[in-house]
Amino acid sequence: MKLLYFASLRERIGRGEEQLDELPPQVLTIADLMVWLSARDEAYEAAFASGLARAAIDKKHAKPEASIAGAREIAFFPPMTGG
Amino acid sequence: MSRIIRVQAENFDVGVESAALTHGRTEIGALVSFVGLCRDEGGALAALELEHYPGMAEAELQCIAEVAEARWPLQGLTIIHRYGLIRPGEQIVLALCASAHRAAAFSAADFLMDFLKSSAPFWKKTHLRDGTQGEWVAAKASDEEALQRWGQP
Repeated sequence: MKLLYFASLRERIGRGEEQLDELPPQVLTIADLMVWLSARDEAYEAAFASGLARAAIDKKHAKPEASIAGAREIAFFPPMTGG
Repeated sequence: MSRIIRVQAENFDVGVESAALTHGRTEIGALVSFVGLCRDEGGALAALELEHYPGMAEAELQCIAEVAEARWPLQGLTIIHRYGLIRPGEQIVLALCASAHRAAAFSAADFLMDFLKSSAPFWKKTHLRDGTQGEWVAAKASDEEALQRWGQP
């Protein structure tokens, strides 16, 4: 699956996108994925530390408990400030 | 009912967009337009950098438009949101709502802006006059509170 990062999260993580080919079987939800990414690298840990990060699965808003099974694209971003 | 949703780097012309929405229509009695502009924050701001999530930004604006159309008797709706570098005084966002009567048009435009701010994937970063790159604009608690006025969409 493809992971995308926007705005302050993109800057903290240091990349806008990456491809994930394999995930451990215990990573089932958005929240699980954030924990797994945070454990993998401290840049992710710093990016997610505020607890404010939002997520989208295949371009639709997703809650932390949302299942990532079958997701093609998962995006993480801070609260939105358009308008 | 006509609906136009655009996410673009280019500026827009409110007159042109208003005319496009109302052209040849005789049932529209009210057209409300909201234009969001970039302010200079007391002279400190050189520009705002608007980042967006291509694809999702358009999809979210379509969702918000659908909710507004289901809630008010609208005859036309236009949302244009820009991205890229926008300088003080320039236009950022346009919401046009047309209806037979003004109450629906005013309410729908107000609703569109409230929901757009907290659910459409756009982010603003400040660039300051002293040449430094400023901070990402933080979401305001008041923006979330504004949603409460509308109940559950």
